[in-house]
Amino acid sequence: MDHGPAVKLGVDHAAKRKTRLGIWMFISYTILYGVFVAIGVANYEAMKIIVFADLNLAVTYGFGLIVLAIIMGLIYNWRCTKIENEMNKEGEV
Amino acid sequence: MIYGVSYLAIALFVFFVLIVLGLSFYFARKTKSASSYFAAGGSIHWAVNGVAFAGDYLSAASFLGICGMIAFVGYDGFLYSIGYLAGWVVALFLVAEPMKRLGKFTFTDALDSKFNSKAIQLTAAISTLIVSLFYLIPQMVGAGTLVEPLLGLDHWVGVVIVGAVVIFIVATAGMTSTTYVQFIKGGLLIIFSTVLAIYIFTNGLNLNPDHKNQDYIQPMTLTADDMQGFTSVSNIDVDALSFVKMEKDGIYRWFTKDGDKFEEAMSTTKTIDGEKLYNGAPKEEGKFYQVGNMVTIIKDGVEVESTGKVGPLKFLSVINSSEIARYVKVLFDDGDNEVTAYVKTVTPGKEMLIPGLKFKIGKGATPLSKLNFISLMLALFLGTASLPHILIRYYTVPSQRAARKSTIVAIAAIGFFYVLTMFMGLGAATNGVLNLEDGNMSAPLLAKAFGVGLFAIISAIAFATILGTVSGLIVASSGAIAHDLVDRYMGKQLSDKEKVRAGKIAAACVGVVAIILGILFKGMNVSFLVGWAFAVAASANLPAILMLLFWKKTTAKGIASSIIVGIVSALGIIITGPSISKQFFRSEGLHGLDSPAIISFTLALLTLIIVSLLTQKDNDKKLA
Repeated sequence: MDHGPAVKLGVDHAAKRKTRLGIWMFISYTILYGVFVAIGVANYEAMKIIVFADLNLAVTYGFGLIVLAIIMGLIYNWRCTKIENEMNKEGEV
Repeated sequence: MIYGVSYLAIALFVFFVLIVLGLSFYFARKTKSASSYFAAGGSIHWAVNGVAFAGDYLSAASFLGICGMIAFVGYDGFLYSIGYLAGWVVALFLVAEPMKRLGKFTFTDALDSKFNSKAIQLTAAISTLIVSLFYLIPQMVGAGTLVEPLLGLDHWVGVVIVGAVVIFIVATAGMTSTTYVQFIKGGLLIIFSTVLAIYIFTNGLNLNPDHKNQDYIQPMTLTADDMQGFTSVSNIDVDALSFVKMEKDGIYRWFTKDGDKFEEAMSTTKTIDGEKLYNGAPKEEGKFYQVGNMVTIIKDGVEVESTGKVGPLKFLSVINSSEIARYVKVLFDDGDNEVTAYVKTVTPGKEMLIPGLKFKIGKGATPLSKLNFISLMLALFLGTASLPHILIRYYTVPSQRAARKSTIVAIAAIGFFYVLTMFMGLGAATNGVLNLEDGNMSAPLLAKAFGVGLFAIISAIAFATILGTVSGLIVASSGAIAHDLVDRYMGKQLSDKEKVRAGKIAAACVGVVAIILGILFKGMNVSFLVGWAFAVAASANLPAILMLLFWKKTTAKGIASSIIVGIVSALGIIITGPSISKQFFRSEGLHGLDSPAIISFTLALLTLIIVSLLTQKDNDKKLA
């Protein structure tokens, strides 16, 4: 029974390297997210400390996590595209 | 709370619905195959798909629920924004491209890609249905919430309207029309949320938030020397608060006693004969005011009455150094009457801008309350990448590269919106627009204070928000029934045409169930409910997805049993927990854990590992 992709996909020789890169970026972000949760639980008063432009740690860290996700996404895409261009022939992926 | 009907809002809403129906008719003629019905033929451009992702994901929970929660409990609401967005990191870095590579129409396809296992087909389809239904509830609750101010109709009517329109959208053109509805809605939501934020900054902060369209009425303060014609009738002590019932002109109101002062509490009273009084009078008399204002404003170290125009960072820094009047809900009985009082509580801005007002992780925290917090943040982080209605959007683009790029567009759009939720929520908290009975209406009511036109647009978009998300959920559910269960699990071998017909019938059935649930769950905060959907999804689906991708020893039995354990444990903890018990049984529940993910995700993961290790010979047979 066919339950492959809805459209026919080419071979992706870059999949392994992209996966490795994805795992590392995921781990990096998870650590930063985990630290944020840990500060909240362990010492939530620390969230009141003013750290940037009259903003406290909670706001700065929270906005920072959102902005960081966007920046890391762009870096990931840039690296993946580069890896794909190196390893795949035109028309693949 | 009494709202005036906005005919402009009705006109805009009808206009939007007509566009949506027109789109559905247009695409219906092109939707003949199962591929076009369930996956839009895999032909959607990545940029369109990215915005549609945002339209799919930014549901009533995000727009109505988060803004409402921030307005009432400050930063704790923003934690949902952070967690929801962080979940996209899991989707982008780990799940996007493999899902595109492995699946065809549904998330079950991807899980089953290596095994062709009946157990996976059944359990993954059931999981899709349960998660989608959990996610549907808050959307439908949000729909009901919106029709009151928008159309002046009852809650259940809104639920039925949304249900009917969405059944039509999905049953006519499936994923193609759903994609474009979500694209339009996602774009409009972000644009007009930005406009609303600009209004907030331009307006600044003011001690008396009168607006052109709405005067602000401060709750009364009486003193022993000046009772303004009120006479004390009775006293009731609840926790540390002393409530005094006062009478004037035959109307009874509740005040809290603080020394010689009596502060008016907003209140609703349900009498023994079923009548509901608002601040002692029938709803129509309009005595139950919108509230929420700054108590002191400190700008650059100086106390001021208003700030004038401020930038986004200054807006937050002023709130951080000022004080806000919040309202805390207290329930008590007055003889045979049930009273809900909302007590004015002056809260320092610095408390509003850290976690702790809703989630007890600071003062008064217990190990259980901290565990609840960690569990919620875990569910939000892990839930996104396991939501079936999000995952199926990876099948609507032509390539893995497009799947990745569309995820990044989604992260940028959704991230920007979530930053705005902070301003919209705090804007509502400080502009005298809060409806104490329903926090979900905070953002639309803020728009109303700034102008009826903006309110009409924002309300119509909020409605569209619900249409877009519900459409996606119903497509996912109909795929689970028609493709996973009927075609694959039951082996009915449907033709392309039959599969599309089965999908349409399934969409109608799920729509009807969603309508019923939306009516039953009236009144619960929509973001809180979505938190549960995330917990169930993270527990039932994510261990299976991640281990399939990253652990070669994963077996079909391991995946199926992990899904079952994830669903049963997550649902079991939710059903026996405090929130469901309070909502339906007026009891405290069997335990205090509201967010199950930390236990249910771990159990599901352990189950997968243990069962897979015990059934390795299945994989060996497959290789042999």
